[in-house]
Amino acid sequence: MAERLSPLAGFEPVSAESLRIEEIPFLTQLDVRVDPKSRAAAEIGLALGVPLPTEPGTYASGDCDVLWTGPDEWLVLAPPGAEGLEGRLREACAGAHVGITDVSAQRTAVLVDGPRSRDLLAHGCALDLHPRVFGPGRCAQTVLARAQVVLAAREGDAFMILVRSSFAGYLGAWLLDAAAEHLLD
Amino acid sequence: MTSRRREGVAGETLRFRYDGRDYEGLRGDTLAAALLANGVRAVVRSGGLGRPRGIYASWTEEPNALVQIEEPFPEPMLQATTVELYDGLVATGLGGRGRLADRPDPARYDAVHAHCDVLVVGAGPAGLAAATAAAASGARVILADDRPAAGGCLPDTGETVDGVSGTTWAAGMLAELAGRPEARVLPRTTVFGYYDDNYLVAVERREEGAASRERIWRIRARRVVLATGAHERPIAFAGNDRPGVMLAGAARAYANRYGVLAGRRAVVFTTGDGAYDAARDLAAAGVEIAAVADVRRDAHALDEALAVAGPLAGTEVLTGHVVTGVGSAPDGSVASVTVSGPSGEREIEADLLLVSGGWNPVVHLFSQSGGALRFDEELHAFVPGEAAQAVEVAGAARGVYTLAGCLEDGVATGTRAAEAAGFRVPPHPVPAAERVTALPSGRLWLVPADDYETHFVDLQREVTVADVMRATGAGLRSVEHVKRYTTAGTAHDQGKLFGVLTSAVVAHATGVEIGDLGTTTFRAPYAPVSFAALAGRDRGMLHDPVRVTSLHGWHAAHGALFENVGQWKRPWYYPRPGEDMETAVLRECRAVREGAGAMDASTLGKIDVQGPDAAEFLDRLYTNMMSTLKVGAIRYGVMCRADGMVFDDGTVMRLAEDRFLATTTTGNAAAVLDWMEEWLQTEWPSLRVYCTSVTEHWATVALAGPRSREVLAGLAPGLAVDAASFPFMTWRDAEVAGIPARVCRISFSGELAYEINVNAWDGLALWEAVVGTGVVTPYGTETMHVLRAEKGYPIIGQDTDGTVTPADLGMDWVVSKKKADFVGKRSHARADTSRPDRKHLVGLLPEDPGLLLPEGAHLVATSRLPEPPVRALGHVTSSYRSAALGRTFALALVSGGRERIGERLYVPLGGDPVPVTVTHHVLYDPEGARRDG
Amino acid sequence: MLLIPCPWCGPRDEAEFHYGGQAHVAYPADPAALSDEEWARYLFFRDNPKGRFAERWSHTAGCRRWFTLTRDTATGVFESEAGA
Repeated sequence: MAERLSPLAGFEPVSAESLRIEEIPFLTQLDVRVDPKSRAAAEIGLALGVPLPTEPGTYASGDCDVLWTGPDEWLVLAPPGAEGLEGRLREACAGAHVGITDVSAQRTAVLVDGPRSRDLLAHGCALDLHPRVFGPGRCAQTVLARAQVVLAAREGDAFMILVRSSFAGYLGAWLLDAAAEHLLD
Repeated sequence: MTSRRREGVAGETLRFRYDGRDYEGLRGDTLAAALLANGVRAVVRSGGLGRPRGIYASWTEEPNALVQIEEPFPEPMLQATTVELYDGLVATGLGGRGRLADRPDPARYDAVHAHCDVLVVGAGPAGLAAATAAAASGARVILADDRPAAGGCLPDTGETVDGVSGTTWAAGMLAELAGRPEARVLPRTTVFGYYDDNYLVAVERREEGAASRERIWRIRARRVVLATGAHERPIAFAGNDRPGVMLAGAARAYANRYGVLAGRRAVVFTTGDGAYDAARDLAAAGVEIAAVADVRRDAHALDEALAVAGPLAGTEVLTGHVVTGVGSAPDGSVASVTVSGPSGEREIEADLLLVSGGWNPVVHLFSQSGGALRFDEELHAFVPGEAAQAVEVAGAARGVYTLAGCLEDGVATGTRAAEAAGFRVPPHPVPAAERVTALPSGRLWLVPADDYETHFVDLQREVTVADVMRATGAGLRSVEHVKRYTTAGTAHDQGKLFGVLTSAVVAHATGVEIGDLGTTTFRAPYAPVSFAALAGRDRGMLHDPVRVTSLHGWHAAHGALFENVGQWKRPWYYPRPGEDMETAVLRECRAVREGAGAMDASTLGKIDVQGPDAAEFLDRLYTNMMSTLKVGAIRYGVMCRADGMVFDDGTVMRLAEDRFLATTTTGNAAAVLDWMEEWLQTEWPSLRVYCTSVTEHWATVALAGPRSREVLAGLAPGLAVDAASFPFMTWRDAEVAGIPARVCRISFSGELAYEINVNAWDGLALWEAVVGTGVVTPYGTETMHVLRAEKGYPIIGQDTDGTVTPADLGMDWVVSKKKADFVGKRSHARADTSRPDRKHLVGLLPEDPGLLLPEGAHLVATSRLPEPPVRALGHVTSSYRSAALGRTFALALVSGGRERIGERLYVPLGGDPVPVTVTHHVLYDPEGARRDG
Repeated sequence: MLLIPCPWCGPRDEAEFHYGGQAHVAYPADPAALSDEEWARYLFFRDNPKGRFAERWSHTAGCRRWFTLTRDTATGVFESEAGA
């Protein structure tokens, strides 16, 4: 059987003092839909080890990251190979009205880090990414360049970008092109 | 030509070429300054009348001196007054139109988003004071200024602040801002648009060596301070377009900022005190001031003061006088000035006529922001009135014309803005400047005359007072109408200098007050912006996202040509060496009809629909019944909009009692999900259903053809593939090529066929395994289209256009008669949807079996085209060559088409209309005998 | 570029939104009971006022929620209103 292929398999990572860009492939990703006030929501939180964050535009971290993506929707990011997670969540809230969908290959993750990361993203993201406004623990679904993305602020200058797989090649090329001037330093 | 440079001015010499002649200038010059320094007065000829024109202003308000840069890269329509001189510059003067480059621009242009608490536009005295005050609070401040160096008018006037030269003071302010981590200074940056919710757009002309040549800034500001200054106003008089007629402040700027004298002997024509400052500086620099014509009869106080001391001592001041004529030298430039007044009429020899009709605050951005303007009767100018957004105006931009006043106003405004944004500004000293008192200005727009044919109100568009009066004589009253009738104010400068004057002339001619008449609308951009800058990096591969599937690399490596489907690249066909499209597609079609083919179907939209009410939900959205579908089964479905027209189609598989997977057309994936969410959220919130897009989670390989079963059997030994165990329109989970897969037995070609879905990461492995069997031919979208068309399957969006019902497509069978309602049902009972002459989907067979009809071609009833209007009966929606039929065929939407089957219709293709026969839309295997293999 | 106040994500650029037209036009409870004219009125007729207008928006590039806002069509300024 041939190797698995990630959407940015051909992407040459950027590794400079000022800026790092690399794909984090094959994360386990689940889309979770549930009424946040329901018992099922609490049970899912227990099963994840991370309560579902209810403040819009934030994420919670534990063994996995749980990103708020809507008032009854979350995106769970777990390490590659967490195949059993979907089943465990279904079991935890058996019989309740929930939507749990494996979307692992729907998007891929790109990590952007380094002192110029905000300058890089500012070329194509209309959100205010100043640390006063969009610090660690914040996430947003928005548009970067011409692609819809989920953006999460990590510690320091790091950002995680989740982009639809079909757009990943475009966004990778766009990031590389935009990065050129930020590598000069 | 002798140098007009002031004595003692030195610097790095730069060589340049203008209109074919070589000149030298100094670093720091604009092209206009360098031309004046070389004594070049008539820099262009006007486009229509061919009149010689000179430099009128000193910055972006220049109406005349448009140039085309020839080297290093051709750029049309730049203002000589804003082009920074560089060594080797080659330019020509433009009378009107420029020329676009005949080659791609190699420079890079880009864009950034920025956010701030306070945006200050303009780094003159008021703007610098505002920005430093606001930044002292810790607020995020952006200071944008369109000049290369900060200071605004200070280098032009030579005034001092805090006891040092204005330039030194400005440099100090910039240094202070540089020390504020949250402040950013953008020189050479023109804020050209002020849009909703304090969204402002600017263009930065970056320094040589920067990563991009120009950069667009998209700035969202909590508060805005506009410190955009004022433009000196011209006056309409006979011959006011002659080279040598110049704004007084511009001549002062050339003398003080660039050390360039615009003439040797000058007459000053003014309505106020400002021109005396200009005249004084010019006299000190060596220009002889022949006389001052001051329109004010009560300017005697000045007259007396001038007589005493200073460079203007003894200068004749002609109070109550106006300029009534300009005499010209052989090159058309000013040789003498005629003045008239209480002392009579006199002709004075001069090569320079300095004009000052007062000042217009630069209210463009304020007006763009939605703010109201009001006419100030003391300043004789339109000033900012009530604001519509979080914006304040400081300094000359609101009519504060003294340096001390601007500094004070700047500190106050910057402080207010930062505090309104929630910051505390520590006590901030007001920089000190000399306080002066001025006499009230006079008001004069237009020097009365018998003939207004050379009283210009737009130098670039060559509009005169006579033209304006013809417009008002024709009955036009609104300045907007006069603008469009005369074109005054429509050139590159958008009437920056002359717009208010034009309004005044209209007011004069129609007997109304200018304050009641108002101005024309100020619109973005404030100054011309190149399309290259606006396009930025959205060029070439980055122009629009290219979406690809997980198999794209394989397709490209195997010579596929690609078809654009929305943003997707889909393999169109895979030509072998020596094959053209027709041959390749016929080969691929034959392979599927006779053996087995594989296509990348990953782009189809896929929506996971879960919840106890999922079946009920789908019953309401699809025309057919989905709730009766058994787990493990698949049904084709059609969705209509509420108007009953087909919106999308696809298959629905039932994964579990409460879970379905719906597929959509490639182009409608997002629209269908939005459609589902809209109904769920806004009409049926009580339905317990969640919808999730999984389009890109899955890679889908379509395996089609009579040999597809044996191929699948070989790849999936654990799967019972016989027709009884795995019937048509069912799905099975299985390992295919060792990969967990969901296999659907569905067909879009009429052949025995499967669609194999795997996690997109495994898509390439699956594809390689399928193609690696050696019996499977890869095929592209063109073959898919031919095969489906032979079967009469419509493509939504190609064979339909939003005006087609399921019945029009001959698909009554897909519309449930049992359901009480579904979206679109009521519309199917409207009188219009049951008209017998509705367009039906039918097949067409050209009588010439080799003739391929163009898609979009129209159908008519007769072999000869009647006189127009010609009634078209419909049009060709799809047209192909069929390997299976051995001929060409087409699908068409034809009025009353099903009743015309067997009829002959005609298709006009330029010559005589060609005959075609109308047929049923299913042309291949109408019995459906082939789908089980 | 308007800033549209998404009730969930806060103010975002208008380019992230999809416009849904006039709000409070409910799908008829029993379409079959309507005359052709009444049905056509539901399908095709919408208000187009100069001034206050309740309209639907969907934050398509964000949380995908539909909501209702009242906007002054002459100035583009939104007032807040309860969500969908």
